[in-house]
Amino acid sequence: MKETHNYTLYHPKWYRERVSTYWWARQWSYFRFILRELSSIFVAYFVVLILFLLHALSQGPESYAAIQEWLRTPFAITLNFISLLFTLFHTITWFNLTPRAMPVRIGGKRLPDWMIAAPNYVAWVVISAIVAWFVIGG
Amino acid sequence: MGKRSNEPLVWSLFSSGGVIAAFMIPILLFLFGLAFPLGWIEAPGYEQIMTLVRHPLTRLVLFGLCSLPLFHWAHRFRFTLYDGLQIKHLNELITVFCYGGAVVGTLLAGYILWNIP
Repeated sequence: MKETHNYTLYHPKWYRERVSTYWWARQWSYFRFILRELSSIFVAYFVVLILFLLHALSQGPESYAAIQEWLRTPFAITLNFISLLFTLFHTITWFNLTPRAMPVRIGGKRLPDWMIAAPNYVAWVVISAIVAWFVIGG
Repeated sequence: MGKRSNEPLVWSLFSSGGVIAAFMIPILLFLFGLAFPLGWIEAPGYEQIMTLVRHPLTRLVLFGLCSLPLFHWAHRFRFTLYDGLQIKHLNELITVFCYGGAVVGTLLAGYILWNIP
């Protein structure tokens, strides 16, 4: 017996509109989304900075003084200021997402978003104070 | 039969990194990046900060603070390149670069923290 039919696999092709590479520049909410995603670069920068600081500390007082010297340069100040703005943006957007990530229901009613987000801010203030206390005075 | 997805693991690293970054990075960046260099607050001396860093608990916190936010970065940055700039043909290279970078950073953090005198 001979195979006479050639079956081709069903291969769907969708209609897809081409999306511009700069789709996020068109609307403020999209732009904000990209800014939020870009905050991760500054999070990574912070880790690199901490690693340099720790490395300098392990090398001795002279290295620590040298990195402090660098931190006083206008370039470093500007970079750290921008990084602070982005990481604050990360913090705020992250806290405000918690009500979406874990909606809390009490008695069948959904708690308002701010009641779920608010404890994060309280914890943030407390943690920041503890960290500052340890670094400055501890 | 399908391949087990790494997504749950990667996502939990992403979100725990996001949490630790949200809570701890702004205050540390403010102190070490602005307040100390600009003289708003007197910077701690070498011995004072070493006493803090030598403590095992501080090292553990610092290790978490270095490692997890790097995985947070890896996950977000990967999808920023994917969705934002639509770089899809380099997908595998980007994945290796991002998570590989986070792994290297984690090892480096462990090495540095372990060797603090």
